[in-house]
Amino acid sequence: MTRRTAADPHRGSLGPPGGREHRHDLLREMLRIRRFEERCVELYSAGEIRGFVHLCIGEEAVSVGVHQALTPEDSVVTTYREHGHALARGIPMAAVLAEMLGRVTGCSRGRGGSMHLFDVGRRFYGGHGIVAGGIPVAAGLALADRMRGRPNLTCCFFGDGAVAEGEFHETANLAALWDLPLLMVCENNLYAMGTPLAREHAQIDLAARAASYGLVAWAVDGMDVLAVERAVRRAAQAVREGAGPYFLELRTYRFRAHSMYDPDLYRDKAEIEQWKQRDPITLLTDRMRAEDGFDDAGLDLVEKEVSEELERAVEEAGKGGLEPPEDLLRFVYSPAGERP
Amino acid sequence: MTGAKAAREPTYRDALREALREALAADERVFLMGEDVGRYGGAFGVSLGLLDEFGPDRVRDTPLSESAFVGAGVGAAIAGLRPIVEVMTVNFSLLALDQILNNAATLLHMSGGQVAVPLVIRMTTGAGRQLAAQHSHSLEGWYAHIPGIRVLAPATLDDARYMLAPALADPDPVVIFEHGSLYNVTGTPDPGAAPVDLDSAAVRRAGSDVTLITHGGSLGKALEAAERLATDSIEAEVVDLRTLRPLDDATALASVARTHRAVVIDEGWRTAGLSAEVAARIAEQGFYDLDAPVERVCGAEVPVPYARQLEEAALPQVAGIVAAARRAVG
Ligand SMILES: Cc1ncc(C[n+]2csc(CCOP(=O)(O)OP(=O)(O)O)c2C)c(N)n1
Repeated sequence: MTRRTAADPHRGSLGPPGGREHRHDLLREMLRIRRFEERCVELYSAGEIRGFVHLCIGEEAVSVGVHQALTPEDSVVTTYREHGHALARGIPMAAVLAEMLGRVTGCSRGRGGSMHLFDVGRRFYGGHGIVAGGIPVAAGLALADRMRGRPNLTCCFFGDGAVAEGEFHETANLAALWDLPLLMVCENNLYAMGTPLAREHAQIDLAARAASYGLVAWAVDGMDVLAVERAVRRAAQAVREGAGPYFLELRTYRFRAHSMYDPDLYRDKAEIEQWKQRDPITLLTDRMRAEDGFDDAGLDLVEKEVSEELERAVEEAGKGGLEPPEDLLRFVYSPAGERP
Repeated sequence: MTGAKAAREPTYRDALREALREALAADERVFLMGEDVGRYGGAFGVSLGLLDEFGPDRVRDTPLSESAFVGAGVGAAIAGLRPIVEVMTVNFSLLALDQILNNAATLLHMSGGQVAVPLVIRMTTGAGRQLAAQHSHSLEGWYAHIPGIRVLAPATLDDARYMLAPALADPDPVVIFEHGSLYNVTGTPDPGAAPVDLDSAAVRRAGSDVTLITHGGSLGKALEAAERLATDSIEAEVVDLRTLRPLDDATALASVARTHRAVVIDEGWRTAGLSAEVAARIAEQGFYDLDAPVERVCGAEVPVPYARQLEEAALPQVAGIVAAARRAVG
């Protein structure tokens, strides 16, 4: 199963799951996200990217692992912390970056910014800034597939904080009640902004709560990209075969602050360091060194490849034009005569 | 109908049901969902019988989860279906406001034109049935505040019957407000009625002395006031806004240019409400046509009370409209 769309010529396709080549691909995918976001920090500091920017550094295994199990026909709905999801979905780096730079060549024509990346051609339906607000929409996408007899699923990403919102619980119930092909992926990074899990939830076993609605639910090591991939492949297959909605809690950690505005005063530095010992990129690299004969030269090569893609993307994104203010009111309503 | 018994005149409710039936029959992408729309037949009886006709997939009962099922409507619309979502009343729609405002109204713009949301949301609005505050408010003005959606207020049987098809054909989200006091109103359908032009207000009565501008549940009261004024030789023109967003101010302004006086009637609250918007547009664009200040007859600034006399006092009434028109005429 390949997740690449035909209109995505800038990268090759991933190898079959399980093999060396595949692990190599996973590493490259995670590095693409890591290096991209590191560059975003630089651009933010230089004042070129503005607004809220939420990085997923440390959480790359989730983005990359989940996307291995999705097809181009599946739909994806996600949150404001979505650069990784967008890149893993195959949205070109330049289009994501141009969006953050407010360019007309951005994947949302500069109207969304970092938090609202959209690419309908790749069935990537945002980029939602309201915590849990995308979850009901995902249920609707799944409902449409179900009603039209299409064998697709909808994958919905959200954080541990979102599990405290009514929209999560309403949707879990609705999805289970209607047997919707919905894959609910909870990216549990242990914090909702500055609030740790145990201070936001009376019951911190999130999978158990989802299971109480009748969803099949389990927790996965979200730092191990291979474990994520395995779990999601299993879940996705069951959802596609009509087993109803699944809930996966991916246990992960963000190495950086909640957003670029956040001074990160609420976390113990030792805790962060401890989690960095389980950096998903290092974990995979170590395993490849042990099992695949991967070495420094191999790593340099991947880094070089990623860095070249990134430089091209930065250059291309910077060249994007600006939507003229005269076009401010475009896209509030569909153009006259347009009937989708 | 058999025997000598004449066919019952259809109600506003019947007209809405007929519109739904027609929509479901015409396009297999259309489905209706909401609380109690199926087995129960709709909280106000609008969808009675449609479950038997179209089955539980297309007349879909939902749990009490306004945000989830309105949001699911957004998702289903994005994915190519044509959902009609019923929210029992505007009061309950506040639990789904996130989905309506932050998603339905916003996704097209925020995605740079990629994510269109062809969704229709129907809900009841308004007071007059002694249901007390939490079942009686008129918040269609709030929805009219939001760019990205279209807001309709069918006040007549024909509008109830013929607004749905163009609403479904609209590529963007449409919110339809049905005033609760209208469901049992009967009427003679216009045999020549056609799909309503959703961009235009309607002149419901011609007149030369004063323009009464209103919508929805207050249209009947405005027409009755006009009849009373006529006995005093004051001819009132009655404009039914019927689309609250985008507002057809041209029709209202053209009428004011003929009558030189305006009374705006709105069951919603006066402060920062729809009547304020209409009055402001008249001041902005029709100031030199006016021979008198714009009058407003609105809901009192109070949560709608239960007791009959208090509820009546809280709402625009015919006497108040007549008095305002007389003041304007001077
Ligand atoms: C409804 C809502 N409430 C509050 C916020 C402000 N806010 C943005 S992110 C966030 C924390 C969410 O945490 P979580 O769901 O765990 O996701 P994470 O940021 O950890 O990925 C909050 C409170 C918001 N955007 N939406």
